[in-house]
Amino acid sequence: MDVSLVEHLLLNIEETVSIVLFGIGFTILLLHRNLIKKIMGMNIMDTATYLFLASKGYITGRAVPIVVDGIQDVSAYINPVPSGLVLTGIVVSVSTTALMLALTIRLYERYHSLDLDEILILAKEEEQI
Amino acid sequence: MSRKKDNYETSRWKKFKSWVDGETDPLDHGMEAHEAIPPREDIYDSAAHEKAVKEELSKIYGEDRRAVLRARGIRYFQRFYKVMSVVLCLGIIMVLLWTVASLPITGNASNPDNNEVAARYIEKGLQETGAVNIVTGMILDYRAFDTFGESCVLFIGSCCVLVLLRLDGDSKNESIRKMIAESDDRHFEPKNDIILQKCACVLVPIIMIFGVYIVLNGHLSPGGGFSGGAVLGSGLILYLNAFGYGKMGKMFTEKLYKRITLCALTFYCLAKSYSFFTGANHLESGIPLGTPGAILSSGLILPLNICVGLVVACTMYAFYTLFRKGGM
Repeated sequence: MDVSLVEHLLLNIEETVSIVLFGIGFTILLLHRNLIKKIMGMNIMDTATYLFLASKGYITGRAVPIVVDGIQDVSAYINPVPSGLVLTGIVVSVSTTALMLALTIRLYERYHSLDLDEILILAKEEEQI
Repeated sequence: MSRKKDNYETSRWKKFKSWVDGETDPLDHGMEAHEAIPPREDIYDSAAHEKAVKEELSKIYGEDRRAVLRARGIRYFQRFYKVMSVVLCLGIIMVLLWTVASLPITGNASNPDNNEVAARYIEKGLQETGAVNIVTGMILDYRAFDTFGESCVLFIGSCCVLVLLRLDGDSKNESIRKMIAESDDRHFEPKNDIILQKCACVLVPIIMIFGVYIVLNGHLSPGGGFSGGAVLGSGLILYLNAFGYGKMGKMFTEKLYKRITLCALTFYCLAKSYSFFTGANHLESGIPLGTPGAILSSGLILPLNICVGLVVACTMYAFYTLFRKGGM
């Protein structure tokens, strides 16, 4: 059972790698107090999702879904749906990254720190005053 | 240029040095640090004053002890937090890996996600959308409202960044004007970098033509509005870096940005609403599909790709200028 599980993970190597990447990104998100590093962790998680989707749409030995020489057989091309979903993901991640970076700039100008804990302490002190 | 840079660095260095020496705490906005309580020599002459000093000292020491205890508590908490977060992440990875181990094997044609939807896109896509690139046909014809949502997400993202970072040049407020003067970073770099300008002269036209090629061939080859728009935006950014805001302002202003984005999004919305309305009611839309493989083919996909490309290029450029200077 255990051996077959590991074998299966090796057969699904793209998914396994994407899960590990996702975990690394999540760990960065939790462990680092620097806001810029948190955004980097978020981007690593995004990348892991793209890898997962792209590997789900792949079929061994088939071509990209661009019709060549009028061949329109299902057995000739990979699945086009996950590719479109990856495109959506990339666009959304670009806009969220820009938004997070803009917020970080404004926070730094206000509190002169990128450390989330320090920012929270300063914000609490401000509230008490 | 070098003199200015020196000044800039010495001021930073000075701040850092004073912080290391314990004179100022940068987090307290330049206030004096806590431990620098000045010794009061004038109150040592009488007993009452001595008592008062002792009381003050004991109070300080009591506070100190409490602070030490609190610091120790925070340290323990931080260690606990780190261990727990690593444990949590490992747990999530284990659960997800377990799930992956029971997923169907990658690259197998009989996987459940390769169902009749994908088959329909591949078999009928060319006839129904006229696009050789099936992914483009899918995202700009079958699922065009999804792509419209994406463009809107990008537009809303750039609006939020604009709200957060924009500095109004005509503002009467003194502090905002000071911020604009501070964010003008042209002082720290050479005015006319001849190497960069010559490279940009060669590279910018090539990059722009390549971007236009990607946008216009979105339905024929890999590419489309999003990737081509990103290439166009990077060309604009390179031009701005080489020649500065003065020359860029003659060509690309905030007004133009607003007009292009608004027109592109409105055209996209109207065109796609029309084609969905006619398609859903089985009416003749009157949009010719053309011969697949020609550049003027596949109905609405080419104009929609151009719209998306314009929106993306403008948004990329707007992001850059806003992050750098707070306005175009």
